[in-house]
Amino acid sequence: MRIVIGQGSCGIAAGAEKVRKALLNTNLKNAEISITGCIGMCYLEPIVDIYDENNKLTRLVRVSENDAEAIASYVESGDEKLVEKLIVSDEDSEFLSKQTRIALRNCGVINPEKIDEYVNAGGYEALKKSLCDMTPEDVIEVIKTSGLAGRGGAGFPTWFKWNAARSSEGDEKYLICNADEGDPGAFMDRAVIESDPHNLIEGMLIGAYAIGAKHAVVYVRAEYPLAIKRLKNAIKQATEKGIIGENIFGSGFSCDFTIKAGAGAFVCGEETALIESLEGHRGMPRLKPPFPAQSGFWRKPSNINNVETFANVSWIIQNGGEAFAAMGTEGSKGTKVFAVTGKVKRSGLVEIPMGKTLKDVIFGIGGGMKTDKPFKAVQMGGPSGGCIPADLIDTVIDYKALGATGAIMGSGGMVVMDESTCMVGMAKFFLDFTAKESCGKCIHCRIGTKRMLEMLDRITKGEGKEGDIELLEELCYSIKDGALCGLGQTAPNPVLTTIKYFRNEYEAHIKDKKCPAGECSDLIEYKIIADKCKGCTLCARNCPVNAITGTVKNPHVINTEKCIKCGKCYTSCKFGAIVKE
Amino acid sequence: MANKTVDLSLLDGVLNEYAQVKGSLITILQNTQDIYGYLPKEAIELISEKTGIATSEIMGVGTFYTQFRFEPVGKYLIMLCQGTACHVNSSELILQTIKDELGIDDGQTTEDGLFSLKCVACLGCCSLSPVMMINEDTYGSLTPDKTKKILKDLREASK
Repeated sequence: MRIVIGQGSCGIAAGAEKVRKALLNTNLKNAEISITGCIGMCYLEPIVDIYDENNKLTRLVRVSENDAEAIASYVESGDEKLVEKLIVSDEDSEFLSKQTRIALRNCGVINPEKIDEYVNAGGYEALKKSLCDMTPEDVIEVIKTSGLAGRGGAGFPTWFKWNAARSSEGDEKYLICNADEGDPGAFMDRAVIESDPHNLIEGMLIGAYAIGAKHAVVYVRAEYPLAIKRLKNAIKQATEKGIIGENIFGSGFSCDFTIKAGAGAFVCGEETALIESLEGHRGMPRLKPPFPAQSGFWRKPSNINNVETFANVSWIIQNGGEAFAAMGTEGSKGTKVFAVTGKVKRSGLVEIPMGKTLKDVIFGIGGGMKTDKPFKAVQMGGPSGGCIPADLIDTVIDYKALGATGAIMGSGGMVVMDESTCMVGMAKFFLDFTAKESCGKCIHCRIGTKRMLEMLDRITKGEGKEGDIELLEELCYSIKDGALCGLGQTAPNPVLTTIKYFRNEYEAHIKDKKCPAGECSDLIEYKIIADKCKGCTLCARNCPVNAITGTVKNPHVINTEKCIKCGKCYTSCKFGAIVKE
Repeated sequence: MANKTVDLSLLDGVLNEYAQVKGSLITILQNTQDIYGYLPKEAIELISEKTGIATSEIMGVGTFYTQFRFEPVGKYLIMLCQGTACHVNSSELILQTIKDELGIDDGQTTEDGLFSLKCVACLGCCSLSPVMMINEDTYGSLTPDKTKKILKDLREASK
C-alpha cells in the first residue's frame, strides 16, 4: 500500500502537512507514506491518495489531521466504510477525467522531490533521444510540426524563436525560462515547477540543445518559495546524475543551470525587462529591435520561453509533433492549462485540448457557479486581458477566437464572476494593478494608467460625469499606441472589454449613481427588512458609528444619514435581514 | 527596535560570494533582507563599497521591486493577497478587518512591534481565496471573524 499526500502550495495551505504528520504518528505498518505535487483539484484539498498492491487508487478529499486514525485503520483493514465520507464523489472525479493532461501529466502523480520517479515515468528519455539521435535542426522541425506556441500569453510560434536564436551568430547563448508568473489569479507555472520540476529541466535542456546554448537560466518569482526549493533540489539531483553539466549522455553537449529569484515586479514578465532584472537592474523594458534572439542576456543571443511551453517539449519529442498537432484547432495546437478560480464551484488546474469552449471549462469541468447567482463573465489574461460576458460563453479556446472578443488567451488565468461582481470595479482593480506595476519608462503608460484609475475611482464613487466613458476610451487607445512594451500596450484591455460588454453598468454608475452589482459602497444603501429582523442587536453592537437603533426582540432601523456603509451589519447579520440597495 | 546597531559582519558570507559576480545585486539585496528582515542603510553603504555600485543605483533597484523593505517589520508580517480571485471573493473586507483590528494601514507596523501589514501581489493560492500569509504560514478562505480570531490567537501566543 502507498499513501500519497498532495503537497503543492495550495495543499499545504489547506493543511496537507498536518495530515502527513498525523499519518506518520499512527501505527501504520504496511504502508509507505510519500508526497506528490499539485493534483489540481484545489477545492478538495488536502487530498490523500491511497494505492493498493494492484495500484488501484482510492482518493480521499478534504482530509483533516483528525482523520488520520480512520485512514490508518482503513489501510490496515481495507474496510471502506471507515473513510466513506472522505472518498471523492463521482461528480468530483469528473474534474480530472474530463481533462487531457500533457504539460501536467506527472502533476499529482509522481513525487517531485525524487528524480527516480520522474525517470520511471519515462523522464529524460526525450532528452536522450534529442541529444543522441537528433540534430538541433531535427528538434526544431519537430516543434514546428507540433505547432507549439508560447504559453505565456502571446502565442508566438516556439520553433520560430528557437530557430532565430539558433541562427544568431555567437558561440555563447542563453536559454531562459520565464517563471515570473505575475498575473493575479494564475498559478499554472507554480504548479508545474512544484509538481514536476524535472519536466521543466528536460524541456529546457532540449531547448538549449536546439538553439546551441550552454547556459540555462530560470527566473522564478520570489513569492514561490516552494517552487524554488523543489527546483533547486531537482537541479542538484540532475547534476549528480550527469543530466546537467558536461557531455550529457555522452553526446558532447554541455549545459549548466542556474536559478534567479525575481523580487516582485509584474513588468519582469516582459522578456527584455526580465533580462534587465537578471542582470541586476531595475526591470525596465528595452527597445526592440534588437530582439533577445540577437542581443539578450549580457547582450548575447538569448531565447526566452514560459514554463508551460517547456513543459510540453519532452512529450512532443517522445510522441512526435503530429500527435500534438492532432489536438486543437487550425491555428492553436495542443492543450492549454488554465487556473480556474473565482465564483466557480470546482476551482483548480484544468488542462484541455484547444478547441473546447469556455462553457466546457467553466460548466463542464468547473461545475458552474458556487453561488446561487447567475454567471456573469469570465476574466482571462489578467491585467493584459479582458472580461468575456455570459453570452459569449460558447467561444472556442483558440488564440484568434479569444482575441476577437477583446480578451486574450493569456497565460491561463480564468477568473469566473457572478452577478455580484461590479464590472467597473473590476476594471478599476486591474488599472490599480497596472498603475502600480508600470515601470515608469513610457509617459503614456505611467501617467495614462494613473489618470484612468482616477476616473474609474470617481465613477465608482458616484462622481462620474457625462463624457467619462468616451474620455476613458480615448486614453485607452493613446496608451496602446504610446507604450513600448506589452504591459502598457495591453493595460487598457480590461477597461475596453468592460466598456464594450457592460457599458450599461458604466452608465448606471455615471447617470443614475447606482451600482447594479451592489458592490461599490458609495452607491449602495443598507436597509433592514423588518419582517426578517429578530431584534438580536448584533448589528447595532457591531456598528462603529451607532447608526443602528432598536430594542431587543424588535426590528432595528439604520439611520442612512449616519451610516458609513462599512458593511459590518450586513456581514454580521445571521438572519439575512440586512440588504444592499 | 529601529535604533539597534546593525551587525555588518553578518554580511561577510554574502558579499564574499557575490560582490564580484556581475549581475548579483538583486541576489545580494535578497540575502541581506533575509538576514536583517529589511535593508538597513548601513548595509546598503557596505554593499556599495564592496561591489562598486553607487548607493543611488542600489536604492533605485531596491525601491523598484516590491519585495524590498527599508524599515524593520513586526514579529508577524501579514501579507494580504491582492489577486483577482481574492478580489472577487471580497478580500477588501478582510483588509478592512485587519486595519480595524490592528489600527494600522498597508505598509505600517503596530506600535508594539507585533504586526506589520503589507498588501502583496497574487500568492497563487487562488482556490483558497481570500488568502493571507503570516510569516511562513498561509491562511485561506478568510472571513472577517476568522481573521479576527487568527490575529487574536497570535497576539495571545506572543504574550
